[in-house]
Amino acid sequence: MRRVSTTCVLAGFVLALLAGPVAAQDSLRLTGSGATFPFPLYSAWFKAFSGKHKGVTVDYQGKGSGAGIRDFINRTVDFAASDAAMTDEEISKVPGGVQLLPMTGGEIVLGYNLPGNPKGLKLPRDVYTGIFLGRITKWSDPKLKAANPGVNLPDTDITVVRRADSSGTTFVFTSHLSAISEEWKKGPGAGTTVNWPKSDKFVASPKNDGVSATIKQTPGAIGYLEFAFAKFAKLEMAELQNKAGQYVAPGGEGGPAALAGVQLPGDLRAWVTDPDGPKAYPVATYTWMLFYKENKDPKKAAAIRELVEFCLNDGQKMSAQMGYIALPANVAAAVKKAAASIQ
Amino acid sequence: MSVVRLPGLITTDDRVSGPPSRWDYAADRTFRALAQTGVWLILILLGVILWEIGGKATAGIRDYGLGFLTSTTWDVGRQQFGILPHIWGTLYSSLLALAIGGFFGVVMAIFLTQDFLPPQLAQVFRTVVELLAAIPSVVYGLWGLFVVVPALRPVAGWLFETLGWIPLFGTTLSGPGLAPASLVLAIMILPTVAAISQDALRLVPYKVKEAAYGMGTTKWEAILKVMLPTAATGIFGALVLGFGRALGETMALAMLIGNSSQISLSLFAPANTLAALLALNFPEAGKREVEVLMYAALVLLAITLLVNMAGEAIMALSARKTKS
Amino acid sequence: MSVAPGSAAAPVVTVRLQRSVFERRALRNGLLTAGAWAAAIVAGIPLVSVLYMLIVRGGARLSWEALSTLPPAGFEMGGGFGNALVGTVVMVGLASLLSIPVGVMAAVYLAELGPGSRLSRTARFATKTLTGMPSILAGVFAYAAVVLVTGTYSAPAGGLALAVLMLPTVVLTAEEAIKAVPKITRDAAYGIGCTRTQVIWKVLLPTALPGILTGVMLAVARAAGETAPLLFTALFSSYWLFDGGAKLMQPTASLAVLIYNFSGMPFDNQIELAWAASLVLVLIVLIINVVSRLVGQRRV
Repeated sequence: MRRVSTTCVLAGFVLALLAGPVAAQDSLRLTGSGATFPFPLYSAWFKAFSGKHKGVTVDYQGKGSGAGIRDFINRTVDFAASDAAMTDEEISKVPGGVQLLPMTGGEIVLGYNLPGNPKGLKLPRDVYTGIFLGRITKWSDPKLKAANPGVNLPDTDITVVRRADSSGTTFVFTSHLSAISEEWKKGPGAGTTVNWPKSDKFVASPKNDGVSATIKQTPGAIGYLEFAFAKFAKLEMAELQNKAGQYVAPGGEGGPAALAGVQLPGDLRAWVTDPDGPKAYPVATYTWMLFYKENKDPKKAAAIRELVEFCLNDGQKMSAQMGYIALPANVAAAVKKAAASIQ
Repeated sequence: MSVVRLPGLITTDDRVSGPPSRWDYAADRTFRALAQTGVWLILILLGVILWEIGGKATAGIRDYGLGFLTSTTWDVGRQQFGILPHIWGTLYSSLLALAIGGFFGVVMAIFLTQDFLPPQLAQVFRTVVELLAAIPSVVYGLWGLFVVVPALRPVAGWLFETLGWIPLFGTTLSGPGLAPASLVLAIMILPTVAAISQDALRLVPYKVKEAAYGMGTTKWEAILKVMLPTAATGIFGALVLGFGRALGETMALAMLIGNSSQISLSLFAPANTLAALLALNFPEAGKREVEVLMYAALVLLAITLLVNMAGEAIMALSARKTKS
Repeated sequence: MSVAPGSAAAPVVTVRLQRSVFERRALRNGLLTAGAWAAAIVAGIPLVSVLYMLIVRGGARLSWEALSTLPPAGFEMGGGFGNALVGTVVMVGLASLLSIPVGVMAAVYLAELGPGSRLSRTARFATKTLTGMPSILAGVFAYAAVVLVTGTYSAPAGGLALAVLMLPTVVLTAEEAIKAVPKITRDAAYGIGCTRTQVIWKVLLPTALPGILTGVMLAVARAAGETAPLLFTALFSSYWLFDGGAKLMQPTASLAVLIYNFSGMPFDNQIELAWAASLVLVLIVLIINVVSRLVGQRRV
């Protein structure tokens, strides 16, 4: 009897919860999912927004750009985020249309682990392409020595750390490599996952933090990851040679310079695979938020427009501090105008 | 037992047992129906899951056929997919993990139930072992990355230098790889195997153990020749569950296996598994990739099936041997 | 035990009732015991290492604040995982409500009511296949079954995914536990005139309860720590579940997803919280374990 009555009580409890007051919804709730790269920044933005606008709570979960796009197409979320924007085919699957808005940008850096922690290793274009193609296999390679005369480069093997999971970061980095090297384009190519050279010296780790942990632990390792992660993990980052031949360090003016050089078309989708400017950092990207042009709930649409407004004003001030690139002024203005189409 | 009241006839206790009442029969039939429903629910669940996965996988099966199982490229850009390295990695890592984790799990179970420790201490350790099953796999992955890989690196280096001609030690450990992944996997399934084996051993009737001692066996002879065979089905069940967990483990393996599509006998080379493939690629997969991944999921379920069948065949063979 | 064989002439014989350690069987026994101790210690080292890492790193951040506040964002200090704690308890509770009755009922059928039948053999087969299912597939299944149908992420969807993962463990261990009840006990119950249900309900299940509980505990422990299925069904939320009315049909936070999110962020604050959350997860399972053992013991 005791077991029966406990079960009854539990069942009653659960039913009461499920049938509970559906009213009392003075709190409007927005849910989003998608790219993991801007997750730290977005979580800060949304929390600040909810603090300022009582009555609206915004949640965001990072699970990958592709998963976010899928949720967006299935209408299980109110908005999504993607490092790779959306393809035309994906946009066509959303009745009512999609408004893509670039919200912030980021740089992808090459972190490395060498004895003595030399700062600012300079990597010429052909050298870093060669490393990722598996052609340059030792740190003592003459090309590396030529570019870094003052640095004591040991004779160890180079261990390349790449992403294990499909990711927008890989997409951006490999797009850049495809733009600067024919051999790369014909070989692994660009994509969220690519066919990396088959070698034991190429190891994979999941997510940005996995890559940073592996680099930190493996002497002689080098890998690509997002700037914010490398900065906070205190990894040494290489200076990359850009199109103009200059060596640019990440984290400074290089990012905004790279993004500013691109003209955004009407649908606000643009890629910066090989920026021109002398001060531009070679590997940078925008990251987009995806919104429905036709929302089912006008109150939600209004809240979303306020959210975009907030991100464009207060949000951009937080970007640089957290390791992301604030939107150039002209881009921010274009985004503001486009946001009006979210109904 | 129904209650038949005979007022006046019996003074101390009015309840007398009698044949089951109509209520008892009804309760009996309902209960049996419920039990059967439970079984049918399991079958329906598997059916629905297979239908879901299979439905999405048919396009993949149609376009890639059996070549999917033997090809080694996984190139999303060129739409070429093959899972041979993943099948290899799955079998290699899971069987290795089962061998290590299963062995140590059963030994732990014997150690904790056969009076090697004072009973209260044994109970404490039993609870601790069960708790270890609760640790999230992300934590095991982190532990593997921060503790196991650095600890293994010097050992791997030494083995490579001295015994590198044996294919098992043919490469160096550059970070994540098969060995750290299998070791961590073994640690993950050890609590499951140990806990269920402990129960299996404790359920062996005391009389059986006493009879063995009565015949003059030493402690270990009693354990190996009497207790283990009696508890064999329970321990086998423990191994099945442990193996299932090893096959399906995603998060920790994704962090530790190295995710490289190579087939290598070396314990220290990076490899890949089907479950990790699913976990790592599914979030970002486009439509075509989802179909292919579902095909891979079907292959994984098929592998579970086949290995379980093989295990049962082995058990049946050895049972026949002991009987005759 | 060396005893000189008795001979017809019956000379005086000294009987040594001492067992030589080097006698073959005794030696083997001693070596195996030493081996077992060695194996137990070797197996114990990594287990202790994991627990140590968990307790040291997690304990550093464990506090009332961590248990009762909401998760911090980006650059924030402080904060906690109170909502994730509630979410995990709710979802594991829902999963248990789904999987334990179904699992025990099915085990009863498999062990008692129809052990050899074709239905049982197929079901046992199906359960063993389900043990190998990667957790992410359970999530995908629940996504298609609940999230797409209801149009929102929710706690019940997460509960369903976890229930699917718990079911095989519960069924297989419960079946073994019920089968292990001695035949004598069963026969005695029939002998006094019980129906099959009464035998099962009043005799078999109570006797098999410790074994069933072990299976349930293992299943609960696994379900509490699974991340991948929840990413597809319950997602995550930085706010309380029961805020202004109980509404389960919304994205729900959970300790497992919180650990996944926070351990991957480059900020120390979040990483510390992730470890504390892992420790809390293990502690919750410990509490459930201890409570269920007490309840289980009293019955027998």
